[in-house]
Amino acid sequence: MIDSYWESVLIFLGINTVLALSLYLPISAGQLSLGHGGFMAIGAYVSVICTTWLGWPLVAGLAGGGLAAGLAGAVVGFPALRIKGIYLIILTMGFGEIVRIFFLNFEPTGQASGIGGIKHLTTLPLVTLVAALMLLCLMRFRDARIGRALRAVQEDEVAAEAMGVDLTRVKVGAFALGALGAGIGGGLYAHHALFIDPAQFGFFRSAEIFLIVVLGGLGSYWGPVVGAAVVTLLPELLRFVQEWRMTVFGTLLILCAVLRPAGLLSGRRRAAA
Amino acid sequence: MLRIDRLAKRFGGYQALADVDLAVEAGSVHAVIGPNGAGKTTLFNVITGLLAPTAGGVSLEGRDITGWRADRVTRAGIARTFQQVRLFRGMGALENVMVGRHARTRGGFGAALVRPPFRPRGQEADTRRRARELLELVGLGARAGTWAGDLTLVEQRRLEVARALASEPRVLLLDEPAGGMTPVEVEDLNQLIRKIRESGVTVVLVEHHMRLVMRVSDVVTVLDAGRVIASGPPDRVRRDPRVIAAYLGRDA
Amino acid sequence: MLLQQLVNGLMLGSTYSLIAIGYALIFGVLGLVHLAHGEVFMMGALIGLQIVLWLHAGPAVALVGALLGTAALGVLIELTAFRPIRARNGPIFAPMVSTIGVGLILQEVATKAFGGEQVGFPHRLEPVTWRLGPVTISSVQLLILGTALVLMLALHLWVTRTRMGMAMRASAESTLTARLLGISTDRVILVTFAVASALAGAAGVLVGLSFNAISPFMGIDMGVKGLAIMLLGGLGNIYGAMVGGLLLGAIEVLSVAYLASSYRDAFVFGVMILILLFRPQGLFGVGQVR
Repeated sequence: MIDSYWESVLIFLGINTVLALSLYLPISAGQLSLGHGGFMAIGAYVSVICTTWLGWPLVAGLAGGGLAAGLAGAVVGFPALRIKGIYLIILTMGFGEIVRIFFLNFEPTGQASGIGGIKHLTTLPLVTLVAALMLLCLMRFRDARIGRALRAVQEDEVAAEAMGVDLTRVKVGAFALGALGAGIGGGLYAHHALFIDPAQFGFFRSAEIFLIVVLGGLGSYWGPVVGAAVVTLLPELLRFVQEWRMTVFGTLLILCAVLRPAGLLSGRRRAAA
Repeated sequence: MLRIDRLAKRFGGYQALADVDLAVEAGSVHAVIGPNGAGKTTLFNVITGLLAPTAGGVSLEGRDITGWRADRVTRAGIARTFQQVRLFRGMGALENVMVGRHARTRGGFGAALVRPPFRPRGQEADTRRRARELLELVGLGARAGTWAGDLTLVEQRRLEVARALASEPRVLLLDEPAGGMTPVEVEDLNQLIRKIRESGVTVVLVEHHMRLVMRVSDVVTVLDAGRVIASGPPDRVRRDPRVIAAYLGRDA
Repeated sequence: MLLQQLVNGLMLGSTYSLIAIGYALIFGVLGLVHLAHGEVFMMGALIGLQIVLWLHAGPAVALVGALLGTAALGVLIELTAFRPIRARNGPIFAPMVSTIGVGLILQEVATKAFGGEQVGFPHRLEPVTWRLGPVTISSVQLLILGTALVLMLALHLWVTRTRMGMAMRASAESTLTARLLGISTDRVILVTFAVASALAGAAGVLVGLSFNAISPFMGIDMGVKGLAIMLLGGLGNIYGAMVGGLLLGAIEVLSVAYLASSYRDAFVFGVMILILLFRPQGLFGVGQVR
């Protein structure tokens, strides 16, 4: 039906959307994380271990990868509680690097050579479903008590805590759930890229996911979707300038930052009344 | 209702509070006044858990709440407004008040996923309704849908009161609520405080607006340089020579 | 043995310092983390290489050329990618997005212009080694250490003695105050970028000389490390960055010598995280972190 090349692109789009939606959660609680690649890596490797060595079906593998990443997210989330702003960015960067270096040296998963020959289990319907589910989750969060708490924490942590919001639960929860989502994304990615090695999950990856979320704007959960579309599809559409793809992409980023600094979807929503 | 015992707070070399004793009777309106820098807001911050005391204790209805974290203090029954308004500017007025209700409701990530969709039911509807009622109480019923950041300063102060009341506190701490108000607005505030007191909430008030303080308080405590220098009925405190000296001496 | 490792560490660390100083300067004056700074470093190495190859010049000329080239590059980046954003006063991550864009562009330009393979500086300098007691130093190492120290000293003098330098420090402390004092912030920022980039470019040449491994990708690793050092030394603190760089170089070399060498980088980041948790203002930072 769809040309298989474009199918692959769409699958990557779906994966990027999943990753961006997952990062959106902690960022919407005010936690700027530049280490999401690390959680993705954990999810990718663990899911491959589940499907390849343990012979589990993909969904179980995704669950395993997600849980492992989520656990890591909870662990990192606690020290991240007291750290804000630029410091948190650096902390999460450091975490991402540590994960990468760990896998670089971890023998059972092939160290720098990574793991190859992964079965292609990721399909477009599956990715679309996962992305849709995550979007649904974010929607449900937003209109509920927890959504208000998240926004309050993002605006003013001190005031939020004074209103009775348990910062630990909200922040660590958002961080861990975000990591879980990234883990699932990593699992989907591994079973589509068919080959994973630590270099694919380094700072570049974390920066890319961060970029997608920020590009789309933080005002709405559609932001990551739009951002993912721009970041994934634009380089494809710019293949005419194949030689200078990254340059054009980089220029577009700069233009975006200058012209729409709050993100592409910035603009006020109606206040709930 | 609320007791402060020998409370002290140091910041490095600076002693912000020293040996502060305070006893707030249930159902009263208790004012805390003093020259700028006397430590009034620091006192509030220590009571509500934003700062940890260096020494001394705070107890609410006999329960020791010293050093409790801010959200725990709120759940225990103390709510506050801020001297520099700290509203959630990116949220609507109604939503701000709904956040105030956080301490009295339940439900986190999991609950958000399994609740019934579309029309808000149960707790959510209840929260919304109560928030509306509180907005009406402070006179902001018509502004429910406005962004908090778009309200006037006086409206914002009133919104903060509504938000604080949403947690159904036993004690309400108001930090300079009359800042920037015209005489008419101050009188409205006076009425509001009385209404709050009538509903059974104890009010502690930090204020500079002397006429309001004299009119609405049952007890006045005076702080100067982090220490209590007088405490008692407003008329007596007003005439206390030490109090007069503290204010005049500071301004001279 | 230990002494030798320390010397090696200092040499490595001095290049780190140069980069970290750049980060510190920019952060101090702009409150911004320049994520493309590592790429500027890389460009410095490439520019230096081209000078040596095309003009058949020595490392000294390459150094100067790289200094000037990257300074110009830094100015260009500021004018095109940051100044327009500043005027609009947007959220904190808008400039960061811009820096990532700049980094991508520089990487691709470098790859296109210079090829994607690793290259080395042709050997013009006959490596002479000297023994000073238990320590062996090569002339290359001496050049690197010496140049770095000279640059740092020059910076220090500039920042403490000249008007522009002091203006820069003032702006780093408080932009508002600086403006009130009549300092033209825009110009100060321009100079800051030029200086920071020049230092990074110099570091690029020095690292290229010492490791003989110049590629368009050498900036990534260095960039992250420089960031870590800036954190170590206290954000925005130039002297902290100097010391931090030397410290990190020493830690790295020592951990390779005495611990599992492959986990070297993880060790570095682990230290960084510990600092963040227990002393977020860095070793030399002052004041409370909010």
